[in-house]
Amino acid sequence: MAVITFREALNQAMSEEMERDDRVFLMGEEVAEYEGAYKVSQGMLKRFGDRRVIDTPISEEGFAGIGIGAAMVGLRPIIEFMTFSFSLVAIDQVVNNAANIRYMSGGQFTIPIVFRGSSGMAGCLAATHSHRLEAWYAQVPGLTVVLPATPADAKGLLKSAIRSDDPVVFIEHENLYGEKGKVPDGEHLVPLGLAEVKRPGSDVSLITYSRSLKATLAAAEELAGEGIEAEVIDLRTIRPLDFEALLASVVKTHRAVIVEEDWPYCGVGAGIADRIYQVAFDELDAPIRRVAAKDAPIPYNRYLEASMLPSVDRIVAQVNDVLYKK
Amino acid sequence: MSQVQTEAKPAVTRSQALGWLRKMMLIRRFEERAEMMYQKQKIGGFFHQYSGQEPVAVGSIGVLREDDFVITAYRDHGHALARGIEARAAMAELLGKVTGCSKGKGGSMHFFDAEKGFLGGHAIVGSHIPLAAGVAFAIKYRGEDRVCLCYFGEGALNQGSVHEAFNMVSLWKLPVIYILENNQYAMGTSLDRSSAIRDLIVRGATAYGIPGVSINGNDIELMAETTREAVHRARHGEGPSFIEAQTYRFKGHSISDPAKYRVQEELDEAHRNDPIVIYQDVLKERDWLDDATIERVAEEVKREIDECIEFAEQSPEPPLEALYEDVTLAPHLPQE
Ligand SMILES: Cc1ncc(C[n+]2csc(CCOP(=O)(O)OP(=O)(O)O)c2C)c(N)n1
Repeated sequence: MAVITFREALNQAMSEEMERDDRVFLMGEEVAEYEGAYKVSQGMLKRFGDRRVIDTPISEEGFAGIGIGAAMVGLRPIIEFMTFSFSLVAIDQVVNNAANIRYMSGGQFTIPIVFRGSSGMAGCLAATHSHRLEAWYAQVPGLTVVLPATPADAKGLLKSAIRSDDPVVFIEHENLYGEKGKVPDGEHLVPLGLAEVKRPGSDVSLITYSRSLKATLAAAEELAGEGIEAEVIDLRTIRPLDFEALLASVVKTHRAVIVEEDWPYCGVGAGIADRIYQVAFDELDAPIRRVAAKDAPIPYNRYLEASMLPSVDRIVAQVNDVLYKK
Repeated sequence: MSQVQTEAKPAVTRSQALGWLRKMMLIRRFEERAEMMYQKQKIGGFFHQYSGQEPVAVGSIGVLREDDFVITAYRDHGHALARGIEARAAMAELLGKVTGCSKGKGGSMHFFDAEKGFLGGHAIVGSHIPLAAGVAFAIKYRGEDRVCLCYFGEGALNQGSVHEAFNMVSLWKLPVIYILENNQYAMGTSLDRSSAIRDLIVRGATAYGIPGVSINGNDIELMAETTREAVHRARHGEGPSFIEAQTYRFKGHSISDPAKYRVQEELDEAHRNDPIVIYQDVLKERDWLDDATIERVAEEVKREIDECIEFAEQSPEPPLEALYEDVTLAPHLPQE
């Protein structure tokens, strides 16, 4: 197992898939000559040429649509948004076209496309550049929404996303690009739609995804010092949700805390809590608690921004709450 | 306002011309009967008639190969029938039936037929213009000599993504032909009230270095000739073209629009210039057609539409399970 960065893992995933399938190409702003705004596509232009690694003008709605049109007639585009904050100007294409064309055509057209790019509160980028839009996309039937938290998952999930015949929204946290981790050698695929227990435990289920996995694992470590064994579940795919895995954990621990970097209202955590309540209310020994971003636009000031994020302290406090330890 | 067809010399053989005339008559009849079905509440939702614009779709699609692609907006009945979607599948779609060309999931605004290279019916104004660019991108990527025809109204020219796509198709020399059907109105908004520049070639073609022409789209043979040249360029790697087809819609924006924003004289004038009648006269003058033949074709078309209504009415509704079908190719897991 090689130790590589999250960024390299994504690059390997795209490069391997492009090597094995000529229908796969990468398109977006600054992906070719500049080698990616976050250097995810480093070296790919040289390796694959400008037929398959394509720089676009700053026209997100336009090139998102171009990707979808190409997918309708059999190509398998990877469309990079410099950040998902900029996907807001392309959301019509993703929601109205990518997600709906299969359904509206009675199954005659499939849209095998990946929309990928950075996201999240990366630090001092303020309100326009710090969006987390996963809940918006996860609400839409027809889309698959993936948020990897480790280099191994980044590689394995992106390869599966590229091979998927359905549109995938693949959201990478900007602050994870430099993270290092072990990635299995050779062909490494992680199936879409499966959560993973990143740390087993029996006292409380901590449910999270993307960058928040780090704070959650750190909180679990601290809790272990107090004799509390937290089970940490990394959702990896938020649509479709691996509800089986969540249920299995909650049935075991009888307590759950959901940790996410997104806003609390109408968010992923709200949807998950609702589904657990519908099915497993009687299994719970305490109300589900949530640790989410504070409900305000994202401020520039670093201290204010940090105060919004799920932190070890905030997670531990909620775990103590569901354990009635105050 | 559309003008009388005059100077176009025969761009087609007699049998092609008669085929096109028949297609136009079929589209007209299809919509007349569908309107009646709508009044009987057998059809719901938005329903946009193509009546009056038939030569634009029939003339341009008439010069395509079978392996080319066609994509259009929500006013799609004419393009679909012109492309060879069966009238019965189209009518069944209007009735929401499982035998419809989109299995009853799309309705009037979202006709599809993969086999015919008919890539939809799209109801977000302007949203399919980038899709057409993507289709053309795929054609070029694979080194094929196919083309994509993309239709839209003059109102769509005010959408941002349209201009993003125009810039990229020109930059990358993609084989797409954009056909702007200028029927003078976007819902109730006339061109004067919505476009800072009257010359749409400047806005849609010149601005992006795309060859563009403005023609009488109701002159079916001129429409065909102009499209043929554009298609020829596209097949030979010379990139996109832009055609403004001047035309006129006889009906309101949709079936629920009484179109009070235009004066009666304008409408009367348009009906005097009914492109189907004009083409019949042109073909008569060439001795390719007589009144008996027109009557026979009208009778055939009537029968075909009668049959397709019967087919649509007798077709089953989709089963309730269909709600969850065709969401994704992988099994759809409802998040409920
Ligand atoms: C993005 C968007 N905005 C508004 C509408 C509502 N709408 C439907 S058709 C239409 C007018 C479009 O006119 P034009 O593009 O000229 O085409 P035409 O209807 O004349 O064929 C409007 C405003 C829509 N469907 N999509």
